[in-house]
Amino acid sequence: MTERSLSPPRGSGQGDAVPPQAPAPVDLRVRRRFADRDRLLAWVFLLPSIGYIVALVAIPFFLAIAFSFSDVTAGDPSFDWAGLRNYQNVFDDPVFWRSLRNTIVFTVVSMALIVVLGKVLANILIADFRGKWLVRFLVLLPWTTPVALSTIAWLWLLDSVFSPIDWVLRELGVIEANMYWLGKPDLAIGSVIVVHVWRLVPLAAVIMMAGLVAIPKDVQEAASVDGAGFWRRMFEITIPLTMPIIAVAALFGAILTFTDMAVVYVLTRGGPTNSTQVLASWAFFRGIEGGDVGQGAAIALFLFPLLLAAAIAILRAVRRMDVS
Amino acid sequence: MSRTDIEHLRRRARRHHRASRVAVYLLAVLAALGAAGPFIWAGITAFKENRDLYRRSNNPFLFNLTPTSEHVSYLFNSTDFPTFVWNTLWVGLLVTAITLGLGLPAAYSLARLDRPWSGPMAIAIFFVYLVPPTLLFLSLSRVVVAAGLQDRTWSLVLVYPTITIPVSVWLLMGFLRSIPKDIEEQAMVDGYSRLGAFVRIVVPLMFPGVVAVVVFAFTLTASEFIYALAFVSPSGEKPISTGVPTALVRGDVFFWQSLQAATILVAVPIALIFNLFLERFIAGFTHGAVKG
Amino acid sequence: MAVVEVRGLRKVFEGGRARRRRAHGRVNAVDGVDLATAEGEYLVLLGPSGCGKTTLLRTIAGLEQPTDGEVRIGGHVVNELPPRARRVAMVFQSYALYPHKTVRANIVFPLKAQGIDKAEWAAKTEWAAELLGIGALLDRRPRQLSGGERQRVALARALVREPSVFLLDEPLSNLDAKLRASARDELKRFQRRVRTTTIYVTHDQVEAMGLGDRIAVMYAGRIRQLGPPVEVYDDPADTFVATFLGSPPMNLVPRDGVLVGFRPEHLLPEKLVHGDDRLVVPFQVDRVEHLSGDRHLYGTVRGLGAETRVIARLPATVTAAVESGGEHQFAVHADRLRFFDAGSGERTDPVSVRTGS
Repeated sequence: MTERSLSPPRGSGQGDAVPPQAPAPVDLRVRRRFADRDRLLAWVFLLPSIGYIVALVAIPFFLAIAFSFSDVTAGDPSFDWAGLRNYQNVFDDPVFWRSLRNTIVFTVVSMALIVVLGKVLANILIADFRGKWLVRFLVLLPWTTPVALSTIAWLWLLDSVFSPIDWVLRELGVIEANMYWLGKPDLAIGSVIVVHVWRLVPLAAVIMMAGLVAIPKDVQEAASVDGAGFWRRMFEITIPLTMPIIAVAALFGAILTFTDMAVVYVLTRGGPTNSTQVLASWAFFRGIEGGDVGQGAAIALFLFPLLLAAAIAILRAVRRMDVS
Repeated sequence: MSRTDIEHLRRRARRHHRASRVAVYLLAVLAALGAAGPFIWAGITAFKENRDLYRRSNNPFLFNLTPTSEHVSYLFNSTDFPTFVWNTLWVGLLVTAITLGLGLPAAYSLARLDRPWSGPMAIAIFFVYLVPPTLLFLSLSRVVVAAGLQDRTWSLVLVYPTITIPVSVWLLMGFLRSIPKDIEEQAMVDGYSRLGAFVRIVVPLMFPGVVAVVVFAFTLTASEFIYALAFVSPSGEKPISTGVPTALVRGDVFFWQSLQAATILVAVPIALIFNLFLERFIAGFTHGAVKG
Repeated sequence: MAVVEVRGLRKVFEGGRARRRRAHGRVNAVDGVDLATAEGEYLVLLGPSGCGKTTLLRTIAGLEQPTDGEVRIGGHVVNELPPRARRVAMVFQSYALYPHKTVRANIVFPLKAQGIDKAEWAAKTEWAAELLGIGALLDRRPRQLSGGERQRVALARALVREPSVFLLDEPLSNLDAKLRASARDELKRFQRRVRTTTIYVTHDQVEAMGLGDRIAVMYAGRIRQLGPPVEVYDDPADTFVATFLGSPPMNLVPRDGVLVGFRPEHLLPEKLVHGDDRLVVPFQVDRVEHLSGDRHLYGTVRGLGAETRVIARLPATVTAAVESGGEHQFAVHADRLRFFDAGSGERTDPVSVRTGS
């Protein structure tokens, strides 16, 4: 090894005449400033988000609770205490109970379908095949399209006169007359669920793909070597290992179905005769279109505790699975 | 094991393999058709003449008359569609920027600066995501009025981050956990403050996470319907999701071909971009949300 | 003047740091440490994982705030100073190279922070790269480097800061066993050349013995013994040090409230131990292992105290036949014996040990 300079080069201006000055062991000019204080920084970094959330979520949230106890309407925005009258009116209205039931039915049924189909779709999308990019692109369309627009596409698909689904069924001789998908309560409920499932399966699949990708390869391979076939691997390894993320996908599916009103609003406007009304749309019709802000708030408030309970249950389940 | 046994097994394995390949392709095509079917059909419809479309006996999947582009040009020339697109675009970009501006430091604070309240706070922020727009829009409309933004597109810029920030903080925390702590501490030993290490090292390393959040936040914003419906009524101020339906649905009259054209024109670019960043997005979920 | 001095240092992690501990309550990661390094010294902090050695190092670097006590660098109290003001250089276990920067940019990064004139960057980078022999790698990215090359880049980056002290946190533990020996040698030669005070944290006694001018053995947040490698090995201050160092560890035989300790290499067949002050003990051998020339004998000794399982290590030069299953006459020199209090584990005065012979 050749002899190398062991002292670092100094600035060229100083020349060789000046002996290298050893730097001070500490730089005493530097004091712990704001940018070094973790405790302070932790707050400063978080504060804008917290401030924003308090101003635009927390305060409106409590305002909504206050509205539900008031007689505020679109025409008379002054706040007067109304006690439980709004709740009384809401509970006396059969449409509310119908909406509550629909909300729960839509959510539970579509969540189950979303999880199952999402799981299948995720497995297809991580498989190797030609044209995967195109398939992924096509599969993503329902989720990435603004929900109002994609629902309009379905509105035409389910049209009472020109529905191409009816056309196919007619050509096949399955039906004589059109189905009136959105005109009959049972079919309308089915249609709403189908649109929800169609829209959210891609999201669930993407989330579940994340879980599938995260399974260590050696676990899969070990199972293969042990002679486990596809289905056995699926039910004894893949699904148990990805259970937490399947639950996350279910949670997202549930939240997005539960709180959504766009599909119902565009597809059926709650009809026929309120048979597809959900809490979200009913609150909108009452609160904004009907102008009865107090009642609208009272209806919408029912969304939160239900959602909270569902979310806590799912997150608990996820945590328990994580530990085991 | 005899030779014929081995030969038999090998043949079975090959058959099995071939069957599973066919199944994969079959399922892939089915999934693609199921998901994209309405769009493919919308693409055909958009170019149909009225006389072709509104006839019960015509095959809805074929052009029975020559295709026409008159409904597409109607969309561009006689409606505010370009304005809707522009509104959605700038609202989306602005909201995404606000989301990152607030969400990045917040995620860093919660994931790294490790105060005793970090854990509960992170959960609290997640629960904000559970407060549905349907519950907030009644009182938020008051806030919008108070801010003097009623019937302005800016009102959406004000309220949309309520939807995007919680999810983004959650996603970004996931990405942060995938960056070794050593690297920023190294930067601090190398002569930077905590803030300097965040700006110079953490943010560049977060780039994949930032991309995922941009795509996710933009998609959420573009899809939002309730706030846009409730807060903005003048046509020129509307984003796509409420503008297109109101401009092309007049009472009972639906301008079907133009509606379908608009759907395709909006859906395809967003899906293309999302697909481009899908891998990153998936990585974001694996790194954090799952293990978090 | 000591380069780095630590006085009465304590670091308590309160609850809430869930990653460090599961149970609630507080953890005294560093529990009253006094330590001073001499100029140009190579000081090794040795201890099992969780003994507080890394926390001590991080506190010196300024990455942790001490709960009590003070840290001095070059005579100045630096408790209140952020890491960047301390003129220390740290090499992490993972080397923490900035993955998105080239090797050159990695080395320049600390210079940028110091506000050093751009014109000098190239010269200093060249100098550091030369010194570590990584001149050809400057345009690579960290993921294109081997483990040994990464170590050199991390050292070069540490070097350009012209630190008053190098802090190294288990820099060899991510390397495979083969590379570790050569990397260790390289570290030692590097430090010999640049003569910068170095504090080196490791749980590996081989590294500690090989690298350190002095070794501080830590356990449960305290320094159990501080001294040159030979002293720590030969004259352990307590049973923890005695059993933590040495492989196999020191044998400890209970006898009347004390523990009699001796190293496995000092328990030898009787005829190889000469002199009057030897102690002959019957050794019931039940297993023999051959390890890189040496023979390790596992068995039980009687007569020295309570019957105890011990290990003897016979060097390759000893060819005497020893079969497992038989009882053999072995012996230890009396001056090789160390005595510890059975209760506290501290060293005690020698007591007279007479065996049958």
